[in-house]
Order: sequence, then structure tokens, then C-alpha cells
Amino acid sequence: MFQDRKQIILSFFFLVCGIYILRLLYLQVIDDTYHTIGSTGALKKEVQIPLRGQIYDRNGKLLVANVDVYDMYVTPYKVKQMDTTTFCRLFNITRSYFDSTMAIAKSYSRNRATLFLRQLSKEDYARVADAMVSFPGFTFELSFFRTYPARTMANALGYIGEISKKAYEAQEVEYYRSGDYIGITGLEKQYEMELRGRRGVKFTMMNVHGENKGSYSNGEYDTLAVIGKNLFTTVDVEVQQLADSLFQGKTGCAVAIEPKTGEILAMGSYPYYDPNMLSGKQFSKYFKELYKNPDKPLNDRVATGFFRPGSTFKLVQALVALQLGAITPSTAFPLGGAPVKCHNHPGSPNDLHNAVRFSCNPYFYNVFRKTMSLGGETNPFKEAPVMLSKWHDMVEKFGYGQKLGIDLPSESSGLLPSVKYYDKRYGSFQWKFSNIYSLSIGEGEVSVNMLKMANLAATIANRGYWVTPHLVRGVGQNGKGVNPDLRTVHRTGIDPQHFEAIIGGMQDAVERGTVGGGAGIVEGIAICGKTGTSQNKKGKDNSVFIAFAPRYNPKIAIAVMVQNAGFGGSVAAPIATLMIEKYLKRKIERTAIKERMLNLSIKTVEAMAAGAAAKPIPTLTPESTSKPTPAAPVAPTKPQKESEKPVKTTFIKPKDENLNKTK
Amino acid sequence: MARDIDIREGIDWTTVWLYAALVFFGWLNIYAAVYNPENPITIFSTSHNAGKQLLFISSTFVLILIILFVDYKVYDSFAYIFYGFVILLLIATIFLATEIKGSRSWIKLGSTFSLQPAEFSKIFTALALARFLSTQGVNISKVRDAIVAGLLVFVPPIIIILQKETGSALTFAAFIAVFYREGLPGIYPALGIALAILFVLVLFFNKFYVVAGLAVACGLFWYMFLKRYERTRQNLIRLGGVFVIASAFVFGVKFFTTNVLQPHQQKRIQVLVNPDSDPLGAGWNVTQSRVAISSGGIIGKGYLQGTQTKFDFVPEQSTDFIFCTVGEEWGFVGSVVVILIFAALLNRIINLAEKQRSKFSRIYGYCVASILFFHLFVNIGMTIGLMPVIGIPLPFLSYGGSSLWSFTILLFIFLKLDAHRSYKV
Repeated sequence: MFQDRKQIILSFFFLVCGIYILRLLYLQVIDDTYHTIGSTGALKKEVQIPLRGQIYDRNGKLLVANVDVYDMYVTPYKVKQMDTTTFCRLFNITRSYFDSTMAIAKSYSRNRATLFLRQLSKEDYARVADAMVSFPGFTFELSFFRTYPARTMANALGYIGEISKKAYEAQEVEYYRSGDYIGITGLEKQYEMELRGRRGVKFTMMNVHGENKGSYSNGEYDTLAVIGKNLFTTVDVEVQQLADSLFQGKTGCAVAIEPKTGEILAMGSYPYYDPNMLSGKQFSKYFKELYKNPDKPLNDRVATGFFRPGSTFKLVQALVALQLGAITPSTAFPLGGAPVKCHNHPGSPNDLHNAVRFSCNPYFYNVFRKTMSLGGETNPFKEAPVMLSKWHDMVEKFGYGQKLGIDLPSESSGLLPSVKYYDKRYGSFQWKFSNIYSLSIGEGEVSVNMLKMANLAATIANRGYWVTPHLVRGVGQNGKGVNPDLRTVHRTGIDPQHFEAIIGGMQDAVERGTVGGGAGIVEGIAICGKTGTSQNKKGKDNSVFIAFAPRYNPKIAIAVMVQNAGFGGSVAAPIATLMIEKYLKRKIERTAIKERMLNLSIKTVEAMAAGAAAKPIPTLTPESTSKPTPAAPVAPTKPQKESEKPVKTTFIKPKDENLNKTK
Repeated sequence: MARDIDIREGIDWTTVWLYAALVFFGWLNIYAAVYNPENPITIFSTSHNAGKQLLFISSTFVLILIILFVDYKVYDSFAYIFYGFVILLLIATIFLATEIKGSRSWIKLGSTFSLQPAEFSKIFTALALARFLSTQGVNISKVRDAIVAGLLVFVPPIIIILQKETGSALTFAAFIAVFYREGLPGIYPALGIALAILFVLVLFFNKFYVVAGLAVACGLFWYMFLKRYERTRQNLIRLGGVFVIASAFVFGVKFFTTNVLQPHQQKRIQVLVNPDSDPLGAGWNVTQSRVAISSGGIIGKGYLQGTQTKFDFVPEQSTDFIFCTVGEEWGFVGSVVVILIFAALLNRIINLAEKQRSKFSRIYGYCVASILFFHLFVNIGMTIGLMPVIGIPLPFLSYGGSSLWSFTILLFIFLKLDAHRSYKV
């Protein structure tokens, strides 16, 4: 039945195939509209790399900018017989560098462009441009490197470098090519997406002779490069630079926050190094040296360090006790009988005010003991977990034991011991107050970074809340484009009235208390502060000081730590109060104290152990950034794959709109 | 079963080699489509489509072995059960699927692997249809049987449309060829083709011109093709009736394309007529694939030398638009060879189908040929600008596990049936 229909069906199949073949014949053989693109393969793809966004301080001063430089490429087969000696003299390179780089380029590919010399300054480029006529085969491409006019905040700003193999392979959307620059640390990493802009692509048609026949399809498929967004940071570069100079010869860190907003005014980790040292071709030269330095200048001590909070933690103890009703501002404790010793101070019997003023250890031992005894249990092993868990939840609200959420890629959460922690250590119901009392004075199992200490000062300044500390207040435009999470208000749950007794004690601590000799007194500004002496396993204690000022309507909260400098009032307090003075008065009137701090040099235990091997961190002269340095004699960035389809790189300049707005 | 130990026995090796040629060529071109000269990866790297396709290809060997090992009677006896199962799976997919590009047709198995049941539903619809039409006493020219057969074929695409995968649903239209072969009066496919032509005319020309053209055609037909004695009043009424229905269809099409179709579907039809109407949007694929193919010239630019199919000019390069890569890199010669291999495969399947003693195997053979043809027809048609963009794969060549597996299963069930053609089911 219906066997004849086989022929009809097959004929229909073949008819369609026939029509398609005819259509292909027309498209591919007869119609030659598109053959020029096809047969010569000369659709040229140009990549336009946008300039990276610049970074400003809170007053519009430039922290990070770009410098135009030229990279020189060589295409070996185009190189003719040339005067090598003149060439080497022109570029200030050695004959052996020339020979080895050329050999590498040749082995890589004879007709592809290989990087020959990196980062020639504009001046060098202008100097050699005319002479290049006699050296065919060498071409230049505009490039850029980062420069840091303020020469500060190296660790917070971070640096950029060639994308690592791991990061290159991990990218979800393919954007970076190998050899592309990417933010490696700090803000450069955190805000990579915003800073980098968007690479543009431009397609141009070439004819058989390689002549430009205009943009392909009227530029329909081109994408315009978009310049990276500028970052507007919260940093006050003058305060920052003052801290840099005060920390000369010392190791430690300083961080200042505007309490109401959480904006970070200064953030320095010392020993300090010039961020220009890790820029562009300088990188390979200095990175190793910085890495090997015993004082670890590459570590960001502010957000990632681990320290005992020391006496500054007594403030938290007091606030928690007040809120729980364990003490009142007038509660007095006898000084004897506590396993912690008291520094000599007058004014016993002391109340909370004086205990803060003189940082009395036995007093706060008793405060914590009282707090821990509120559980109503008779068995101390049962009571301790109940109260510790309550205490833990309250202290946690100050940001202890957790990340504060700063806009930097790495932040340490520190440690705030929980019931679970002690259960693991001693076993369930195997521990009581006497196992954990060292928490009362900020020693023992609690650890923080300096950011948390400054945040505590800000929390007290605000009488009970803190705002996520952050470094950037504007992306693209000042005050806009910032992740709203950075402005989250965190409430501690401590009632505002509990703060006044503490704050009064803090003011007296600066003026008539633990900060000796009036080193913390600034005329006209009521500074409230608390010293801390964080015990150090090796060597002398770390000197810690946290403060805020003025007492009413505070503008700045600060934490300063100087490693191995001993008692908190001696070094950290003068540095902190000098920074407060600078920020609030815009000038330093206490020149004697400033001089004393500038000339004070404290070697860390690590540096002393390293002895003579520890070299001081070199300083950069402005000239050294513009000298051409030969590229490392390894075939550097990946050259273009096919010479007939060159990928040329061009740069576009930022329109200075944003820059002008901030001035 | 004891005599079936050598599963190679009776297999039609010509078909197998044609199949293997297409799969291998497809794999080469998938590599070319994802190949980036600035950042070359090897053809075996499973982080890209070519390497994954190689895994899919390797896994088809297992599938083929299973198909060949299973008793050939299973495909007939279990046809309805398979069909029922696949209908349930299709319905379940609507609820289980994760949405990919607006369609809910992919079921995720594990974290990296997903299946598209719609692709597999064709196989089981074909089996069920073959089973039904081969039943004693069933005749497609009887209205009742035609309706049942029609329902078998209509239900899956309706569910697939609910999954928002219109392209796959359309492929069920292929079964009209099977119906025709089994005795559906020729007037139906002829009408279908006539309406399709009318549809295309309406797209390209003003509807009033088309109606006027119809009137002229009717007039010419009346005077030139009908003999004087045939020009009766009755025939005039008939012709008038045809004219009225055709005109109504013309207006209906206009209404359908402007009011019923989704905006993106309207655009796809619009750009077929005039690709420049929206060169960056819906016209993009059409223009780009046409440019890519025509830039290939006679012998092509050479393997991995394509420029249009690099730089991401053509989206869906390794799946639905794989033929562009063939056209650009292998030129007219390569494109024609691919079409000829397909033509040879279709010819081979139809001739084998006609040789079957069992009606079931024959009908199934026609189903296989029709489905393959329909995909070829639509897919290559859209890449060379003769069809609107409908996202269905080119059998055996396109990247994708679901598509490769479903076409492989479809074909090898037929080869298994053919290996036993001397036994009447």
C-alpha cells in the first residue's frame, strides 16, 4: 500500500536539500559581499583598555593615580640589520640583555610581537621616538602603572599586579587575559570591579593589503571602553601622614574612625613603606625585600592582626555589668583578695570612675566576678556557663569575635570565647569563674585587631552604637554608589545612661590618670581615653591607647598600638592625641611632644632577633619611578596569537569631570 | 535470545558510518566554535564544550550497546508504557525544571548535568505511533484512527509548549510525513504546503496584494485550466469558496502574527523578511550567521581559521548555529558534503524502512527519517536565512548531551529493529 509515496517523500527531502545547496552556492560562491572579510581573514580586533579609576582622600586629595607609560614590543622578523650598540645606549640596557631578550622573542615567535622593554616614561618615549626610524620591528604600546602621590596607606590601598594563574582560571565570566593587571590586595582588590572599568573592543575591516577599510558594519559590534570609576575614600591624608611620621622607627598601627558615620579617617600599619615600591616594574625589585623584613611591613596590622585587648577591655566589662545591674557607678570593691595585682594609685576606696581612671585590675576582677555570679546557681560549675553565655552575647554586640565588615578583602574576626570554647577545653561543667577570670582585664582567651579597639572607642563615643567601619564613601561620585551595608548601624543594647560614668573616668585617665605627665592633654579639647598594656609573649608589652574626642559630640575615635613599647600611656597615648589634635585643630601646637615622638625609636623583638640582617626599608626618590628598567628576561605578557589578526591595545583617557568636581 | 549473542549481526554498517562521520565532524566543529586563538585550550579540555561533547560521544557507546542488547520485541511491546512514562516526565518537568533562558524544560541531575526530556519524547512518540498504526485493523484514512494517531502526536508538543520550548514542540510536525506514507490523503500535506506558501507570501507582501493575487490566480485557473464544460455554477461556487477561505487565512495570518505571537516570536519572523529591521537585536543571529557562512567562500578559511564564528559574533555558536562554523571554515564544499551525508542517511533509512517486513519497523523508520529531516530543514534553513530562528539542534553535529543522545537512541532503535527485519514482529 502506498509504496509510491516513498518516492514522493524522498523527492521532497532531496528537493529541500537541493534548494539549500543552491542557496549556499549563492551565498558562498556567487555573492561576494562578505568575501573580503572572509578570505583574507582581516577583521582586526582592537582592544581598548580603559584607565583604572583613581583614588581620593576625603578632602579630594589624590591618593592613587595612573602614569602613562609605553611598553616596547619587538617583532623579530621585521628587525633589520641594526646598530645594536646605539640601540642599547639609547635605552640604557646592556648588550647581554638585548641578546637574551631577542633570543627569547625569536624562540617564542618570529612574527608575533613580544614584550621587549616595559614601562618607558613619556619623556623617554619622546627622546627615542625619532631615533626609532632606524630600528624597524620595534613598536610601542601605551600602558599605565599606578602611582601614589601621597606615598601612604600602602596596605589599605593595596597594589595591582598581573593576574595569577589561579585567579585567571577561576574567573566565571571570561574577562581577564593572562598578563592583565588586577587588584591583588587592599582596596584595589575589594573594588576591582568598579576600578577596572570595562574593556572596549573595536572591529576594523582590512583588505588584502592590510589597509584599513573602516570600521566593520559601521561599528555595530564594537563596544566602547568605559573608564574605571574613581574611589572617594574617607581617609584624611594629613592625619594619615602625621601618623606615618610619628611612627618612624616604631612598629605598630593606628586607626581613627569618625564615630557617627563609621568612616575611617586614618589607617596605618607600621613599619611603613612607600606604596610606589610595589608599582609596575618596581615590584619585583622591592617585593622580596619587604616580604623578608622581620617586622612584616606587608601585613596589615589594623584589620588582620591579633592582639590581646588588655585594659581597654575593662570598659566593655564595666558596661556589661552596668547593663546587667551587677554594679552601679558608685559600687566600690575592696582591693585585696583578687588574684590580679594593682598598680599603685591613690584614691582607694575607688568607685567606677576612679577604677577607669587608674585602670584598677582588682576592681574589674570583682566586676566580672559579680557579673558571673548573677546566675542564681549555687554550683559554680553550673553557674559559669549560664552567665558566660549571657555575657558572650552582650560582648559580641560590640563586634568582638566577629568581622566588623570593613570594605577590605581580609579582616580577622578575633576571638571571643564562648561556652562551647571552654567546654571543649575543660569539658562540660568542668570549669568555673576561676578558670576564666583573666578575661576581666582583657587577657586570656580574648583577642582582637586594632580596628575593633578603635570601634570600641567609637561605640563609647556614640553612647551605645557603632557604624560598620569603612574606607570608601563614594564610588564614581563622592557620596554615591557605596554598598549600603557599609552604613549599617549596630546597637550594643547598652543603655546610654551607663556610659557617662565610664566616659568621665576616661577623661580623667587622660588628664589626671594613667596617661602620665599630661602627655595626652590638648588645650581646648576634652579627650576621653583608656590605656592598655597588652601582654606580649616575647619581650616588652605592647603599648595600647584608645580614645575619642571631644567628650560631647565626638568627631574622632582612635586606637593606637606600638609594639614592645611598654605601658600604654607612654608612647601610644601621645601619638593618638597628636593625631586627634591634628584632625580637630588642623595643626600641632604641642611641638615638644611631637619632637619627642619623632625621635623615639623602638626596635621590635623580631627585628632584634634578626639583628644585623634586618635592613631598614628603603625609601624611593621621585626620579627612580621614571627610569626605564629592562623587563624581566622572561617572555612576559602573552603575545598575540596570530600576526594577521593583531590585537592592538589602545588607551583612552579619562574625561576629567569627576576630578574637577572634587576640587 | 541465545542466538543473539553477536550483537553486530545484521547491523547496517552504512548507516553507522554515516552517523559516525556526522558525529565526528560535529565534534571538530564544536571545538572550532569555542576555539579562542588568544587563549587556546585543547580539544579534550572538559572545561569547554568540545571536551564535554567528547564525554557525551563516549557515553553514547554505552547507550548503543544497551539498545543493541535489549530484545528487539521490547520496543514494540512496551511502546505505550514508554509513551505514558515520557508524558508523565514531561508534565513533571514543568514543575521540577529550573528556568533556563525563559524555558522550563531542563531537569537538573546533580550539579553540572541536566537533561531535556522534550528531546527524548520524540523517540517514544515515534514508537507509540508506530505501534498504533501497525495494529491490526487500524487505518489512518479512517477518521477515528486518524484522530487517535493525531492525539498521540499532539499531546507531547502541547506539554512542551507549556514548558516554553516552542522550537522542540514544532518538530512534532515532522510526523505528517509518516501519516502521508501510511495513507493519509495527499490533499492534507498538499494543503499544508499551500498554506505555508501563503503564510510566507503574507509576511513578505501587503495582505491586500496577496488577496488581489489570489483573485487573479483564481481567474486564471477558471479560464486557463478548466475546460468549458467544467465551468459549471457548482464549480464556480467551489472556487469562490476556496478564494474566500484563502483570503480569510491571509487576514488570519496577519492577525496571528501581530496579535497572538509573543513579541520575540514576531521579531524572529520579521527579521527573516528584513534582517536589517533590527540588526543588533533579533536580526543579530540571522545577519551574523549569514555573514559567517558566506565569508567561507568555496573552500572555506580552513579549520580553526574562522573569524566570524570567533569573537562571539554568533551566539549559540556550538549548539543551534554549528552549521555557521562548518560554512565559514569548510566553505561551500564542506557545507555541501554535510548536506549530502544527511541526504544519504535519509535515503538509506527510508530504503531500509521500505524493506521491513513488519509494519511497526517500517513506520518507525519513517518516523526516524522525518524527525531527522525536519531538524535539518529548520536548522540549516535558519542559518542560511531561509527559515525564522527556531532553536532546535542540528542532529549529531550540535553540541549537547540531550540532543546527541536522543538522536542516537532514535537511530539505533531503528538499526536494532532492522537487524531483525526477517522476523515479523
